[in-house]
Amino acid sequence: MKIFDKTCTPSNRWSLHILCYLTVMVFFAHQWNGSAQELKVDVTTDSILPINLQEVILISNYKKALEHQLHQKPLATLGTYLEASKKVNMIKRGAYAWEPVLNDMSTERLSVTIDGMRIFGACTDRMDPITSYVDVSNLSDIHVASGQQGAQHGAVIGGAIDLRLEKGNFKPEDWVGSVETGFESNNAARIVGAELNYSNNAFYVDTDIIYRKAENYVAGGGEEVNFSQFEKYNLSLNGGYKLNDDQKLVASFIYDEARDVGYPALPMDVSLARAFIGSVSFVQTKFLGSFTNWETKLYANTITHIMDDSQRPDVPIRMDMPGWSDTYGYFSQAKLSLDKHQFLIKFDGFYNRSLAEMTMFPNDPNERDMFMLTWPDVRTLNNGVYGEDVIKLKEASLKISGRLAWQSFNVADEFGLNSLKIFYPEMEQRQNRLLKSVAAQYHTKLNLLHFTTGLSYGDRAPTVSEGFGFYLFNSFDNHDYIGDPDIENERAIEVNAETKIKTEKLEVGLSGNFFHTMDYIIGEINPDLSVMTIGAEGVKVYQNLEYANLYNITLDTKFKVDEQWTWSGQLSYHRGRDQDGRNLPFISPLAYRSTLQYNSKKFTGSITMNGAADQVNFNPEFGEDRTDAFTVFSAAFGTSFNLNKGGIYVKAGVENLFDTFYSTYTDWNNIPRMGRNIFMTVSYAIN
Amino acid sequence: MKTIQSIFLALLVSFIFFSCDNDSDDPIIIDENPLAEFNLLTNIKANDHTIEVYSEQEQYTIGYNEFFFRIKDNVTGSYIADATISMNPIMHMTSMMHSCPKSEITKTTDATVYKGFSVFQMPGNTDEYWDLNLEYSFNGQTFDASERIEVKSPTDDKKRVNVFTGTDEARYVLAMMPMEPKVAINDFSAMLFKMENMMTFPAVEGYTVSIDPRMPGMGNHSSPNNEDLTFDASSNMYNGKLSLTMTGYWKINLKVMNTSGDVLKGEDITDENESSSLFFEMEF
Repeated sequence: MKIFDKTCTPSNRWSLHILCYLTVMVFFAHQWNGSAQELKVDVTTDSILPINLQEVILISNYKKALEHQLHQKPLATLGTYLEASKKVNMIKRGAYAWEPVLNDMSTERLSVTIDGMRIFGACTDRMDPITSYVDVSNLSDIHVASGQQGAQHGAVIGGAIDLRLEKGNFKPEDWVGSVETGFESNNAARIVGAELNYSNNAFYVDTDIIYRKAENYVAGGGEEVNFSQFEKYNLSLNGGYKLNDDQKLVASFIYDEARDVGYPALPMDVSLARAFIGSVSFVQTKFLGSFTNWETKLYANTITHIMDDSQRPDVPIRMDMPGWSDTYGYFSQAKLSLDKHQFLIKFDGFYNRSLAEMTMFPNDPNERDMFMLTWPDVRTLNNGVYGEDVIKLKEASLKISGRLAWQSFNVADEFGLNSLKIFYPEMEQRQNRLLKSVAAQYHTKLNLLHFTTGLSYGDRAPTVSEGFGFYLFNSFDNHDYIGDPDIENERAIEVNAETKIKTEKLEVGLSGNFFHTMDYIIGEINPDLSVMTIGAEGVKVYQNLEYANLYNITLDTKFKVDEQWTWSGQLSYHRGRDQDGRNLPFISPLAYRSTLQYNSKKFTGSITMNGAADQVNFNPEFGEDRTDAFTVFSAAFGTSFNLNKGGIYVKAGVENLFDTFYSTYTDWNNIPRMGRNIFMTVSYAIN
Repeated sequence: MKTIQSIFLALLVSFIFFSCDNDSDDPIIIDENPLAEFNLLTNIKANDHTIEVYSEQEQYTIGYNEFFFRIKDNVTGSYIADATISMNPIMHMTSMMHSCPKSEITKTTDATVYKGFSVFQMPGNTDEYWDLNLEYSFNGQTFDASERIEVKSPTDDKKRVNVFTGTDEARYVLAMMPMEPKVAINDFSAMLFKMENMMTFPAVEGYTVSIDPRMPGMGNHSSPNNEDLTFDASSNMYNGKLSLTMTGYWKINLKVMNTSGDVLKGEDITDENESSSLFFEMEF
């Protein structure tokens, strides 16, 4: 039996990171006395082409030192921000580490990146989506791209979510700092954050820290949800140095650690989830003649995730399930503008190592521990090239994009390889896959009417779990899952369209997309296999469905009543079925949201109603049952005033106003959502 | 920089040093004991000879035991080559005596080393004991030797041998071949003998031994792609494949079927029946 001694590794990495960072700091320190006279704004913000069916979720407001105030609930977890977006839903297993869902597809069909960096969770049970390793304090905005529009970041089916880090701007702002604190009544959540930034013409450094601690939350009606506590802190540093007017170096580092995270919907909790995320980029405005915006990034990240059940009073058997995921990657991209064409070309690659093990401690103390590798040290190497061309036409534009990538898997651990060979005696240790994506997106405008349509094809390789997972227990459908190394790539044809009427006062948009996914990967029951997890109903093996069809339709309305008052409403319908008409899991029922917002210089306020109809299209085979309809109301109020030289911003609100007991289709094992919750945040900016 | 240089130098020097060392001719010890890696279980002294009994195991254990023998001439101190040996272990019970399944003793590549096996069905105790009886001949002379041996239960107390009466009323001995279990599809073998009388235990040919590995500590979890044991005439053994999905304690439930497929002993594992009356055990 091979024991993986990982105890020394994280500390080594820690010191390595510190060392790197200190070197960078010492190097930068020489520039700190530079003059701060000339005001020059570096235009780095990417203009979002209207052609992209893309949503941008703003997290911080650059112009103010005060952060996160645009949102209804500042200092909320990143999950809450994403949930408030139009396109993203969150699968909840507790109060923390929610898993994003886009177009009714989650982690395996999405690319979630941090500033374009690929990161892969280290938990076999998806308890650590990438969004849990950053915090709102790190981010400026989130770009959500639907379907193959997200292919810039990797091979995807459902789309891409790129979490963009907040960076300094080479403005001569000198020192800027802020302190923030928040409290939530329902789960006694305490949030403390601080930020200290320095910026001049040639150099900037942004630092921030945030700490959150929450106890169990209480569902509507007063029932306490046990094991829903969490504690986390996040530290981030990023700096930029201008080599000259044309070139700059940017480095970023994030340390994120969560401890004692409860997952009320699961039989296990997490004692530690830790990430080191670092990158260095070189940016040059002009490159090889006509190329512009040349950016090259090298990055590395390492995640340690320790799942245990030591806090649970009753378990059939005690177990430890640690997992590790390390990723090293690069990309280099440049733009080229030629007459009516705007090209973007990007080369990228990553190398990931995923390892997870399970040790079960028998109830009979005389018996030996039971050990298995649930992720057999899978090494994934992916190298790809992405290109896009936006062509300007008369009153219209056309975007053509494509990605070609080569991906290889290597099951590096012999113990793990032999384990998998129990199921697949003929399997190869190494395998290669070619991944392709091609998309065309057309946008035209007729007076007030905007029309966008697109057609695309893309495929993806299986994830580590889908290809090489070994007895991964899914508590939702109560089955153990086994991967299949010979599974086919999943391939999707996507059609999308959007019509929008846009006047000064009124915006009405109707959009829809349709995914015809061939070789859709899903776990199917294999009655011949014997369960491993005590109490599980059966064993599922990942396999390819002939096809699955998914469609999403959204009606989006925004009405500006006057300067201060805005009403927005959204109604969406989703459906997902396989070739036999079977419902796919985690497909949203009819959902709606309505928000009335007030914005003036001094005050902000909002009332939100959101809800869903009965989930009639569910699938018990995947552990689903009919989720009842619900409607919940929330309200928030914010004001700002000046104190001495700094500004104070206070925001308070109440969520789930009527203390409704409810759960949604994305709530794992129907855990109820939080009941009435009163929150208050205070931010103080020091200039 | 200095440190790096000196480390490099040290590495270089050690490399050269070890390289030179490899070049020099090591004296090969010719008179090495060819069974040095095994455990010497017994020295039987008889007829001015010492018969050394070696085994991979540290004791005489119930179940399958492979033995290596050497006969030393106590006068000359040399080991006797090309002898013929036969073995007959006898269990002295309070009311009767019986032998056990055993093999012929054959020569190995080393002419002074002989090997064979026996399958002890039961351990000895204060009132009952095993004798290891040997008959050996060389140069036209035949000798007898006997020694009381202590046969013990395995140190881990796991079951590796079954003695049972089949539905055909015959007595059988089923022994697991030693193996090093891994989380993998393991080669798995057993030997099956019929007890013709107290002293004769011929190997049984052409039967089938079906296996169903289970983890009682894990809700009787089982594994896929196991292969039942079928008779292989060349090795005189029943060979199959055993899948073990994790480390820990495994119970290999067994069923023995005769040539016409009748179950002689053992039951299927169902929700109601968690264990067969015929099984092996292992833990790793």
